Amino acid sequence: MAEHIVSPHSHHHDDSHITSSKTIFGFWLYLMTDCILFATIFAAYIVLKHGTFGGPSAGEALNLRSSLNETLVLLVSSFVCGLAQVAALREDKRKTQAALILAFLLGGLFLWMLMNDLTLLVQGGNGWQRSAFLSAYFTLVGTHLMHIVAGLLWMVVLVLQILYRGLTIPTHRRLLCLRLFWHFLNIVWIFIFTIVYLWGSL
Amino acid sequence: MKTNLRSTKPHEWAELGTFKSYFFGFLLSCILTVLAYFIVANHVFTGTAIIVTTLACALVQMLVQFIYFLHLGKESAPRWNIIVFLFMLLVMVILVFGSLWIMHHLNYQMMLPEEMEMHMHTHEGI
Repeated sequence: MAEHIVSPHSHHHDDSHITSSKTIFGFWLYLMTDCILFATIFAAYIVLKHGTFGGPSAGEALNLRSSLNETLVLLVSSFVCGLAQVAALREDKRKTQAALILAFLLGGLFLWMLMNDLTLLVQGGNGWQRSAFLSAYFTLVGTHLMHIVAGLLWMVVLVLQILYRGLTIPTHRRLLCLRLFWHFLNIVWIFIFTIVYLWGSL
Repeated sequence: MKTNLRSTKPHEWAELGTFKSYFFGFLLSCILTVLAYFIVANHVFTGTAIIVTTLACALVQMLVQFIYFLHLGKESAPRWNIIVFLFMLLVMVILVFGSLWIMHHLNYQMMLPEEMEMHMHTHEGI
């Protein structure tokens, strides 16, 4: 533990930490505003949940079992992304990349499972045009899905950057922001799982 | 002055890297997810109790992940991250509960007379 502690005087002349911590704080601000975006969509979903217009309700349209699998896959992906951070702080380039690739594959699996569910809904004639409930559902899950796609692209770019440039201060900073983003998406998904899937099946 | 990478990292980053903290957070999250699923799938409770318990599971899991994955509260003063986080929570609560309250009230005010009669009969005991 002691080797991690650096006296504040040793890097007074180096601006890169100040830039880094400003970037991370800025990214944190973005995540907090994203939370508010999701909160508005959640509010809209809860209001429109009963507007099924003769179509299926949440309990009829959604598969609780497959949502549990998706939740667990995303949780493991989030955990593995944390392990990438652990490896990066130990300067272990290989393990950092391995953890990032594993997190990417698990995230991809989550995306594939979710896309399967959504495709089945649309093929069954229950697309977003069907009712207010399904519009709200697709908006909520679709917004989360777009974020997941962005996170997966980010992982690919970061793995390549670490491959070519190594674990420099900028790649460290990017990894830290990516990890925050990925954990944040998992936290949003907890609420989608609870409010949409668990409450929907009651 | 030659410095290695470790000493050029901001000192607060060192706190982010313990395997134990991630694993503990992961384990707790798994348990809470499966617990919430179990409660719903097996109908352990009914009515409001099931809503409250599953929401509690979600909120506790959110807290667990904010602490063990996002390391909220571990930063040094002036703690801007947590201040912004708390402000976000305030905005979120106003937004969500405000919207639901307004829409519920609107529904109530816009009911047809016969609907109102039924509503009063079933919900208000009149």
